[in-house]
Amino acid sequence: MHINCPHCGDRDQREFSIRGHGTGLSRPKGETWSDDWNDFLHIRDNLAGRIQELWHHGGGCGAWLVVDRSNVTHEIFGTRLVSEVRS
Amino acid sequence: MRYSGLQVLWQGLTGNKGWAPVWREPEPKPEYDIIIIGGGGHGLATAYYLAREHGLTNVAVLEKGYLGGGNVGRNTTIVRANYVLPGNSEFYSHSMKLWEGLEADLNYNIMHSQRGIVNLFHSDGQRDAYARRGNAMINQGDDAILLDREGCRKMLPYLDYEQTRFPIYGGLYHPRGGTARHDAVTWGFARGADQRGVDLIQNCEVTGIDIENGVVRGVQTSRGAIRAKKVGIVVAGRSSQVAAMAGMRLPVESHVLQAFVTEGLKPVIDTVVTYGMGHFYISQSDKGGLVFGGDLDGYSSYAARGNLSMAEHVIEAGMTLMPMIGKARMLRSWGGIVDMSADGSPIIDKTHIDGLYFNGGWCYGGFKATPASGHCFAHLMATDRPHNAATRHRLDRFTTGRRLLDEEAAGSQHNLH
Repeated sequence: MHINCPHCGDRDQREFSIRGHGTGLSRPKGETWSDDWNDFLHIRDNLAGRIQELWHHGGGCGAWLVVDRSNVTHEIFGTRLVSEVRS
Repeated sequence: MRYSGLQVLWQGLTGNKGWAPVWREPEPKPEYDIIIIGGGGHGLATAYYLAREHGLTNVAVLEKGYLGGGNVGRNTTIVRANYVLPGNSEFYSHSMKLWEGLEADLNYNIMHSQRGIVNLFHSDGQRDAYARRGNAMINQGDDAILLDREGCRKMLPYLDYEQTRFPIYGGLYHPRGGTARHDAVTWGFARGADQRGVDLIQNCEVTGIDIENGVVRGVQTSRGAIRAKKVGIVVAGRSSQVAAMAGMRLPVESHVLQAFVTEGLKPVIDTVVTYGMGHFYISQSDKGGLVFGGDLDGYSSYAARGNLSMAEHVIEAGMTLMPMIGKARMLRSWGGIVDMSADGSPIIDKTHIDGLYFNGGWCYGGFKATPASGHCFAHLMATDRPHNAATRHRLDRFTTGRRLLDEEAAGSQHNLH
């Protein structure tokens, strides 16, 4: 699997580490336990198809990425910087 | 037909004409008391124990593909009872006891081999952790022996004990652990269920779950609608998709776990060995292949195959531990779709829908649980009460955060267990 880093270009997956599902970006506001936290930590739609994931380019530029990937074929459709997704 | 040595002899002398298909291929009936979705190890075991323990035989197992085509035919066949946490400890102990009587019970040779498991440790801290684990196993009534380095060397002379980075300090030896022929387990349970009247229906994909006013009424399938009073979901990696048919969202992410086998070799590794400082474990099949595996690739996947980087990682760990395997040629690698729960432990529970039950979240450790999973799920479905050995595998533990079963203290992240 290759991931196209917006900074570094097409690089081998070995340079990256998976940091979980894209829902990791929508951390609940509340500080105490609630259904929101259960959803955030535990519950997943777990769709078979195109999903958004967080990857970290630790073996390269250090960027955090949102990767648009099929978990059925492992094909990658696009990558964006987390900083851009959030802005 | 009852299988025996005498039967083999008799059939051999009479031209092997008496062997019949091991199970029927029935058409689905319009209605059953109980439908089990999923004809893998756990689903077939559930059907078997429903019939055997509870006399419930108006039961169908619906399988999308062929029996045992999923994880029960893809795992690395290890059977063990070495868990610590209350909940898991008694459950896997229960499973081990069922394994030990299973061949006689099923009248089927599942090649259960209690060849022992050695979990190696590589530091003082890890020795303490394994001593504690061994004590928990003994307290549960199972067996564990803490070996020092010389004890290990006697059993496993081929390991690299003096490696500079992670020298081997010793191992936790679990003599009752071992392996079983995974396909035979499937076939044995299927045969036992079929003999008792359960309909095993292959090539029958469930496409919908019928629910009226919060009560389950049956399922829609690729072979038509089938009514049922109770429905059990036992579909491992596809848990989220099937549960979604009932409007449920689960604390589960599906991941890929790879496994590997070498060409057949003469007997060399006579136990199961696990590396304490790298994700690597190995045993030798009765055919002679070295069967080994390691960690998840780490990302969500339904592809049933992984990437090269994890294969390299596993093989590097193996080479570090036992350099001799570098001479073996790898024959095949494959992947399974594993249903990773958020705390690494399974779920055997009712759902909020009356008559709908869920069994899943087995992560990459479902094979050893096969008999107990079926036994406890059958008990739950038949009596609406959890079995004593599976009282803590509740679905609502995630909602409340109470009594999470995080065996490895890894936290609420699906790919860390």
